[in-house]
Amino acid sequence: MKFRLYRYNPESGDPPFMQDVELDIDPAGKMLLDALIAIKAQDETLSLRRSCREGVCGSDAVNVNGRNRLACITPLGELKEPVEVRPLPGLPVIRDLVVDMEPFFRQYRSIKPWLVNDEPEPEVERLQSPQERAQLDGLYECILCGCCTTACPSSWWNPETFVGPAGLLQAYRFLADSRDEATSARLDHLEDPYRLYRCRGILNCVDICPKGLNPAAAIGRIRALLVKRRV
Amino acid sequence: MKIAAGSHTGTGTWLVQRATAVVLALALPVLGMRILLALPVDFVGWRALFQPVAMRVACVLAAAALALHAWVGLRDVLMDYVRPTLVRLILYLVVIVTLAGSVAALAATLWSLP
Repeated sequence: MKFRLYRYNPESGDPPFMQDVELDIDPAGKMLLDALIAIKAQDETLSLRRSCREGVCGSDAVNVNGRNRLACITPLGELKEPVEVRPLPGLPVIRDLVVDMEPFFRQYRSIKPWLVNDEPEPEVERLQSPQERAQLDGLYECILCGCCTTACPSSWWNPETFVGPAGLLQAYRFLADSRDEATSARLDHLEDPYRLYRCRGILNCVDICPKGLNPAAAIGRIRALLVKRRV
Repeated sequence: MKIAAGSHTGTGTWLVQRATAVVLALALPVLGMRILLALPVDFVGWRALFQPVAMRVACVLAAAALALHAWVGLRDVLMDYVRPTLVRLILYLVVIVTLAGSVAALAATLWSLP
């Protein structure tokens, strides 16, 4: 199979380039990550991140033929050759396919991704009814791979000020949690022209999410909360 | 310095854009049909079409809604692409003057019909 890989080594001083690679691999039943690992076995200078190799950790998000995907759950057979593999767009490249996720996680941290509850701690856990727990479905499954945020033009233009689809999905995850009490403060923090309202409904996030989640719907629900509070 | 956030202003502008979109979705087809059905018109017919005050008011209100809608949209574009504050302010001013001027010109034209 033919591959074109983005290569960049900042220490060499050379600009990034695309490297053509031929790999003798039977695509049947294999994922893109298998091919990348096989290529790395041939050429150990290739750098990439991977961990769980089954779409749970979110560390091997790459741009494949122009689309952000998790290499470990992308079947090799369905990819058009040459398979062009690039790092996630919009983030600083550390080396080859490895990007600096710090701008992404800075926005994630900004929404305070933890439960805020100043009530006295109960004897056991803070319990939820099955209905309350169901509110978190479609939200808690996010693995923070960064595919959506790095596919979002609003995040490309305003990486410092727009929280991005992944961060906003998590913002709603905590707003929707019956055990969280900081609803007002969370909404205050999102209500400005940039942090939430840079979302223009382009829907790349919905199209691309490897876990099939819908950040745009979560953003819509946050907007509904803001409107309800306003009117 | 950190970038300030949380000025409580986004929701209002977003609501304005949505509300004006609803107004336009209702008003444009009605006004468009009204004018299309009257075609072809000479000057007398044209004047008769805009003679009722209701028609003139509806036109100006629709134009105002369009201007507000366009203002939010253009403001968003300028916020994305124009970073220097002074340049952005000048462009805001150009957009506001153009849009407000257009609505005012329409009102002046409709009410100056002989």
